[in-house]
Amino acid sequence: MLNPYLYLNEHVFDEDVQRRPTRDGFGEALVELGETDPRVVVLTADLSESTRTGGFEKKYPERFFECGVAEQNMAAIAAGLGVTGKVAFISSYATFSPGKNWETIRTTIVYNRANVKIAGHHSGIMTGPDGATHQATEDIAITRSWPGMQIYVPCDSLEAKKMTIAAAQTEDPVYLRFTRDKTPIMTTEETPFAPGKIQTFWTSKKPAVVLLATGHMLYQALLAARELEGEKIETLVANVGVIKPLDGKTILDLVEKAGAAVTVEDHQVMGGLGGAISEFLALHRPTPMEFVGLKDTFAESGDPVALMAKYHLDKQAVKTAVRRVLHRKK
Amino acid sequence: MTKDVKSMIDEIYDDKLKQLNEKAVEIREWIIKMLLEAGSGHSAGPLGMADIFAAMYFHVLRHDPKNPDWEDRDRLILSNGHICPVRYAAMALAGYFPVRELMTLRKIDSRLQGHPHRSALPGVETTSGPLGEGISQAIGMALAGRLDKKDYQVYCVASDGEHEEGNTWEAVMYAGKEKLHNLTVILDRNNIQIDGFTEDVMPLEPVRAKYEAFNWHVLEVDGHNIRAFVEAVREARTIYEKPTLIIAHTIAGKGVDFMEGDFTWHGKPPNKDEAKKALSELRTLHGKIRSEHE
Repeated sequence: MLNPYLYLNEHVFDEDVQRRPTRDGFGEALVELGETDPRVVVLTADLSESTRTGGFEKKYPERFFECGVAEQNMAAIAAGLGVTGKVAFISSYATFSPGKNWETIRTTIVYNRANVKIAGHHSGIMTGPDGATHQATEDIAITRSWPGMQIYVPCDSLEAKKMTIAAAQTEDPVYLRFTRDKTPIMTTEETPFAPGKIQTFWTSKKPAVVLLATGHMLYQALLAARELEGEKIETLVANVGVIKPLDGKTILDLVEKAGAAVTVEDHQVMGGLGGAISEFLALHRPTPMEFVGLKDTFAESGDPVALMAKYHLDKQAVKTAVRRVLHRKK
Repeated sequence: MTKDVKSMIDEIYDDKLKQLNEKAVEIREWIIKMLLEAGSGHSAGPLGMADIFAAMYFHVLRHDPKNPDWEDRDRLILSNGHICPVRYAAMALAGYFPVRELMTLRKIDSRLQGHPHRSALPGVETTSGPLGEGISQAIGMALAGRLDKKDYQVYCVASDGEHEEGNTWEAVMYAGKEKLHNLTVILDRNNIQIDGFTEDVMPLEPVRAKYEAFNWHVLEVDGHNIRAFVEAVREARTIYEKPTLIIAHTIAGKGVDFMEGDFTWHGKPPNKDEAKKALSELRTLHGKIRSEHE
């Protein structure tokens, strides 16, 4: 059942559950930060509308910098601002930033320890019809290997807002990952926000497996958990909102209870959440695992829902992974 | 704007010029000694920029070596981080850290990384090495200065070779758009890069016209004439509405005859004999003075 302590959206399983893109939460947070934190500046690379920085631009034009289609320049300008007392948010599609400008960010922001937050939009195959060129499916992998980097992946637009505000409160570089399409709202304003802590959204008395999900894929994991319950398979579903640094203590607790794990992400398994959790468990508590995510393939254009079915990222794929891992557990 | 910003940087008189020229020789000697001790690194670029770094650290910059994070300081960004020995030598002589620490360049546990790193050494302003990223970072600092209503100037030293990086032109375009008059770029125009002469590898000329087309004010000086360089920097501070580019024509390896203008000295250090010869040239001003001190 849904964890009653988290005040989750009680309509989450309704057909007409409210849906919003996580990028909306990002945009709202920026406007709020503009008011509360005069250090905050925002940069974009010709994508102010679709990365939702337009609201900030309108209210705080002197703190908004339009860089044109030049993601390397945007990153390094932000680095200069970030080492001069500002909190700089850069915003573009994740395939371009931190994709195209990866080395610029590595040198001028991460190694340089500049106070810059990198907002990567259009992540995952949820990006849909634009096709694989615009679907960022390796961004976690390429940012996770940076020493000291923090990676936040909100599960819905409400958490996106809370995470964006939290990112401004740390002095360190942070990568924030957002989705283009509308995704179900699973939390509420009342849901306690504990940055960096893994929260268990679905609980059961005798769990046989824990589903560790990140981003909008948490919804597919919840759908699967509910159906599996009807099939007498008890599970836990946990929201891994911060992929780095990993909340290892909670992962160990959950795995201790369940004895098997499935990771669920809209990203390549290699280097992604699957990679992160298996690296951790291999060292601390070897556990039977399965992975839901892209398996060494690009996707293609199409309706997001159809893509998720074709590339095995939907609730069916989660259920299949659960059955597989239970088989291996025996 | 009627403020006499020129007064922020003094004119140079003969005594001062003599002092700065001596500082430049001292910087060159340390570059040779550091590189010999390190056993790797770049020789030509740092020697070519010794006069400009002497002028910057001992005359132009408003700075405080004992308080490197002073928020009103002028910023000096080194975009082509590989010539950092010249910056390290100038910083040590200016009092940022003990001169003997120069001999730790490129060694384990040293603050003097092979390419400069901000967290390692206070005062280097930013981490650099990968080319084409310095002007952008200088722009960020200039924008912050403008937002905070500070009157510091941001200087960025960039190489000619790194103008082959697309990022450099992204930055040039942006600074022109923003009319960043608190930004001055000093182009180390020595015409060499690792694979040969810049105009063979990838022609950059007409560089003046290119910058002017992007709405920059452009000045051109002999990068070994300290008086002329300081005059250019003074002029740059009087320009409003535009960022300024100072094209500093330099001779790579300047001060050491067998290195001057030879691109094979771009990325290697001198050996023991070569270092001895180089130091002797520097200390005797190419044989003009006899009593060479050791």
